[in-house]
Amino acid sequence: MSKHTLSVMVENEPGVLSRVAGLFSGRGFNIYSLNVAPTLEKGVSLMTIVAEGDDAIVEQIVKQLRKLVPTIKVKDLTELKSVEREMVLLKVNAEDSKRAEILRIVDIFRCKVVDVSVDELTIEVTGDQGKIGALVNLLTRFGIKEIARTGNVAMRRSMQIDL
Amino acid sequence: MKLTGAQILLKCLEEEGVDVMFGFPGGAVIDIYDEIPKSSVEHILVRHEQGAIHAADGYARATGRVGVCLVTSGPGATNTVTGIATAYADSIPVVIFTGQVPRALIGNDAFQEVDIVGITRPCTKHNYLVQDVNDLARTVKQAFYLARTGRPGPVLVDLPKDIQQQLAEFKYPEEVSMRSYKPTKMPHIGQIRKVVKLLKKAKRPLIYSGGGVITSGSHEELTWLGKTLHIPVTSTLMGLGAFPGDDGLFLGMLGMHGTYAANMAVNNCDLLLAVGARFDDRVTGKVDTFAPNATIVHIDVDPTSIQKNVSVQVPLVADCKPALAALKAETEGTLDEYDWAADHKEWVDKVQGWAKEHPLTYKDDTEGIKPQYVVEKIYEITKGDAIIATEVGQNQMWAAQFYKYNRPNTLLTSGGLGTMGYGFPAAMGAQRAFPDKLVIDIAGDGSIQMCIQEMMTVVCNKLPVKIVILNNGYLGMVRQWQELFYEKNYCATCMDAQPDFVKLAEAYGAAGFRVTEKKDVEKTLREAFKVDKPVIVDIRVEKEENVYPMVPAGASLTEMLLV
Ligand SMILES: Cc1ncc(C[n+]2csc(CCOP(=O)(O)OP(=O)(O)O)c2C)c(N)n1
Repeated sequence: MSKHTLSVMVENEPGVLSRVAGLFSGRGFNIYSLNVAPTLEKGVSLMTIVAEGDDAIVEQIVKQLRKLVPTIKVKDLTELKSVEREMVLLKVNAEDSKRAEILRIVDIFRCKVVDVSVDELTIEVTGDQGKIGALVNLLTRFGIKEIARTGNVAMRRSMQIDL
Repeated sequence: MKLTGAQILLKCLEEEGVDVMFGFPGGAVIDIYDEIPKSSVEHILVRHEQGAIHAADGYARATGRVGVCLVTSGPGATNTVTGIATAYADSIPVVIFTGQVPRALIGNDAFQEVDIVGITRPCTKHNYLVQDVNDLARTVKQAFYLARTGRPGPVLVDLPKDIQQQLAEFKYPEEVSMRSYKPTKMPHIGQIRKVVKLLKKAKRPLIYSGGGVITSGSHEELTWLGKTLHIPVTSTLMGLGAFPGDDGLFLGMLGMHGTYAANMAVNNCDLLLAVGARFDDRVTGKVDTFAPNATIVHIDVDPTSIQKNVSVQVPLVADCKPALAALKAETEGTLDEYDWAADHKEWVDKVQGWAKEHPLTYKDDTEGIKPQYVVEKIYEITKGDAIIATEVGQNQMWAAQFYKYNRPNTLLTSGGLGTMGYGFPAAMGAQRAFPDKLVIDIAGDGSIQMCIQEMMTVVCNKLPVKIVILNNGYLGMVRQWQELFYEKNYCATCMDAQPDFVKLAEAYGAAGFRVTEKKDVEKTLREAFKVDKPVIVDIRVEKEENVYPMVPAGASLTEMLLV
């Protein structure tokens, strides 16, 4: 079992999300995260789906996705070099004594503080799974009170350089 | 001039050349029914919506055209779901029109509202809720196009009542353009050449043909290939009729109730050419031991079918027709220099030896009537020139084993879903398409009771369908499993409390016959087939006869229980 990131371009018509989601649930496949939004092209949406499964399962998923009538294009980005990003909002306990240390971490990770109160900080972070995992790890000991994640968005790289 | 949505719908159906639809009215489609008498489309009023969808499906299977059914919202729509799933499982082109509550009420739990688009999403090729009357014509055009192209299948169009009443300019689109759906599937010529190379190298090739050959209309190409290159042919249930059933190279069905020769051939072949078949578990038995010695070539229009159940060495995504035509074109040139017959002789002899050793047979050792005998007689009397529909169960397997199908579209049977109650309404649809043909539903006493209400439809529409009930007083196929694998615990499979089928036929205005002795079987069938109205022939067969050969579920194809 491994995680695969699928980029799926679909006609933006009613029911298309449930068609895609139904395809996973109807076959007992697990969706790890799913993100949908319109693209530059009118009437076309891009879904980024992170799904778990062995190679045979993922091959079936890709084929089944392609078979859906509203599907325009499916790419498995796992095999290609791609950029993956997720945005996460974290609300962290931050009494006076901890605040400085948390802000230092925010700095190192190039996050942004987007809301402050007497004893909490809300932090916005963008990054790939590795970076976000590391940040969550570091902040856990202060006490994360809430977390909201967008799920991955991904794009194939045009040049093979990581900036 | 502007037309109402209902008028537009009927104009679209006329444009599509639809001559008949099967349906049942209700408040949500009354506007459409109001227009039907003014159009050229005939409407056949069924007695249950399941009958309508199966009839549309039977019409489609018998003709190769798109079948159409029309039902109301809510319960009308949900009553079609079994039939939609049946058509989906067997890739049959049907278009289903359902009424829907007015748009303003959608989502409000209105009277007779159901989210039929949601319900049927996993069992249609595609479905639509029409939200704007200006989209109606284009949607209908797309629905028919989707239903019949690529891998065919059912397409549902949900029509809110207010859309049926609104006005719009009618213009039927000339063409369908969908950037996301491009079904023309020509074979990759490199792959075709690879297959020819493999065929030349193979000493023990076998063709495994499925329903895709029939749907794509490529039975002639398949037959040419088998006969000219001297390759034995085995078939799935759905593929029966694509290759002449009486040809010496034809081995019959493979799989759970397949022939000894077919299953042995699969086990021993060195090249398996799968065409329009999808390696269903009823066919493969235990997957790990399926065709253990073979290189597998798989031709299918649907890429999801390839590599799904078995691993395939040469995948070929293409419509069967151009693919087989390309194989023909590539091999035709070899016929002068290459002696296919000589090359395959040893293998063909071996396979035919197996067929002789263990032919399809049964022990005709009792006073009673053997169901297989009845099917054989039906074949003899009709000389194979009938359309056979079946119900599901033992009757279906005997109809597949003991009747020889020499032409495509002559066996209508629910293969993928195994829907009891399918056969009779499907026969009705086929009879409507071919009024002069003999159409016979080979039935079990259990299954026939699932859609028996359509007796009234066939009687009043003068559709002289013949129902032959192989009446064993049991849900026979389940009883067979109970006998073999559940220590004869015949729980809930005894069905000997039954209506008097002869009187039932007569009550509907049809004719009824009963046969209790073997000597009367042939005579009565002959007589019944001559009657110019619907008929039920209730034949009391041996109650505990089993279908053999049988590969127990999950066993290897070579582990057959023989007669
Ligand atoms: C709608 C539906 N319900 C249940 C089944 C399960 N089932 C498969 S075969 C069978 C027995 C059919 O009995 P009958 O129609 O009398 O035919 P026989 O096997 O006796 O020929 C049953 C119940 C089914 N296939 N379809």
